[in-house]
Amino acid sequence: MPAISAENLTKKFDDFVAVDSISFAIEEGEIFGLLGPNGAGKTTTISMLSTMLRPTAGKATVNGCDILDQEDGVRKSIGIVFQDQSLDEELTAYENMDFHGRLYRIPGEQRKEKIGELLALVGLEDRQHDLVKTYSGGMRRRLEIARGLLHEPKVLFLDEPTLGLDPQTRNHLWEYIERLNREKGITIILTTHYMDEADRLCDRVAIIDHGTIIAMDTSQALKNQIGGDVVIVESPDPDAAADVLNAPWVANIERRDGSVVLSMQDAEHHIPEIVTDLHRHDIAITSLSVHNPTLEDVFLHFTGRSIREETASGMETMRMFHQRRRR
Amino acid sequence: MDIIYTIWLRNIKRYLRSKSRIVGSLGMPLFFMLVLGFGLNSVVQIPDTGQGYFEFIIPGIVAMSVLFTSVFSGIQIIWDKQFGFLKETLVAPVSRLEIMLGQTFGGASTAFIQGLIILVLSLFVGLSLSSAAGFVIAFLFMVLIGIAFTAFGIAIASRMEDLHGFQLIMNFVIFPIFGLSGSLFPISSLPAWVQPLTLLDPLTYGVEGIRYGLTGASQINPVVSFIVLTAFCGLMTVAGAWLFRKMSI
Repeated sequence: MPAISAENLTKKFDDFVAVDSISFAIEEGEIFGLLGPNGAGKTTTISMLSTMLRPTAGKATVNGCDILDQEDGVRKSIGIVFQDQSLDEELTAYENMDFHGRLYRIPGEQRKEKIGELLALVGLEDRQHDLVKTYSGGMRRRLEIARGLLHEPKVLFLDEPTLGLDPQTRNHLWEYIERLNREKGITIILTTHYMDEADRLCDRVAIIDHGTIIAMDTSQALKNQIGGDVVIVESPDPDAAADVLNAPWVANIERRDGSVVLSMQDAEHHIPEIVTDLHRHDIAITSLSVHNPTLEDVFLHFTGRSIREETASGMETMRMFHQRRRR
Repeated sequence: MDIIYTIWLRNIKRYLRSKSRIVGSLGMPLFFMLVLGFGLNSVVQIPDTGQGYFEFIIPGIVAMSVLFTSVFSGIQIIWDKQFGFLKETLVAPVSRLEIMLGQTFGGASTAFIQGLIILVLSLFVGLSLSSAAGFVIAFLFMVLIGIAFTAFGIAIASRMEDLHGFQLIMNFVIFPIFGLSGSLFPISSLPAWVQPLTLLDPLTYGVEGIRYGLTGASQINPVVSFIVLTAFCGLMTVAGAWLFRKMSI
């Protein structure tokens, strides 16, 4: 039985389709990533799976419970860390944990014990009796993760778990997440728009854009689809450069702004060839770079856009946010 | 029950922790009590009962204090919504009714304490202690006002997007409810056309009930006050629970 399965899950806000008939299955013990720009439908998907939002169409189960008919069953089996903070700042860390434990009806002694254990796990036991408003962003995030684990969920939802955190804290959090998955066998579904995060943590990644899943596989397999290493040639005349470089050893060729992006096997050995070919046709090269493919390249390959450009234009997110709040 | 207690407990903890809020919301009632009560005491005499004005408005000020605190506590769920905490509560395997009732009782409790503080303070500045039974009656009405108007606040908050509408609610709903309630003047001395409005205002019955308890005299039969206020309380709780259930985040 898969930990989560979704079939043609769809959510429309008026005539805006936030999630468009997506289907996937997540195995128990897996770390699954939903990767995509802001406004792609990641949070909406999570909201539907966690029973916070009713889908317009389609169905899904979490830990064997239907998200429409067995809401309580779903809610008992999931822990969730929302994208926006959801702590009570006027309470201490311990009190936030205690409140959560009581809501999930964990008996007194056991609750106390678990809270101590989890606060130690995220390294907050020294500060547990301080008000949350005195906490830093990273500490709050850790507390939220600890809280999400208090009722021993089968599935943990992490919505942009490291958004706005400094690199060191992100690294720490990644280690926690990996450890949780490894030691406790918790299935984790996380959303992110950080490529490196998805790459580092996730067993499988679904790339989501405009509400649809455009590719889903292990991050290695996704990168392999690009056809080897990525070479970026910048030139004042990229069209001509693209024509010249259309050689049989080039697996894929794309124009992107002022540059040509090529993918090929053994890129290092083809560099001299690229340079001499362009030189022979009197095409200037502004810069030339080679790198191993990243999920960023995969995203570009499938959508023709960079994820960062999307992220920069927040209009779509704002519109979605607004529409969601109008419900 | 344990869920209702959990939410109630959070409200009480937050209340006891915010000293500035406790003191701050005592400000206006105290101001009314001292300025109007002492200022007008020698000028105004209440017909029929022959009470001084100070004694007359104490129940109104207590009711005011409970009213403002309870509406504010109910509307506080907007705060929880904006700061994200409401999501944590709503995603838990508990019913919305339990959450709403916990919030209502929490708000009513803090409102009751706020009213009690005013009541105790007024004992020092001239309210004479009549009978213990009278106090129990006054407490009962304070609790009813607290529950009814916290639920009212929750009902409003469930329909509000953010806190921008808060001022509007305060000025056009809460102040009129207070002003028309007969807190500051006897119903019988109002012009004939205002009297029906006063009788439509649910707080009137709360004020009259507290007044009966504290001074032993009221213009509305306390049994009638009790029945009307209890009915309003029930209605608000149902309305609040229904709107809160429909609220999306």
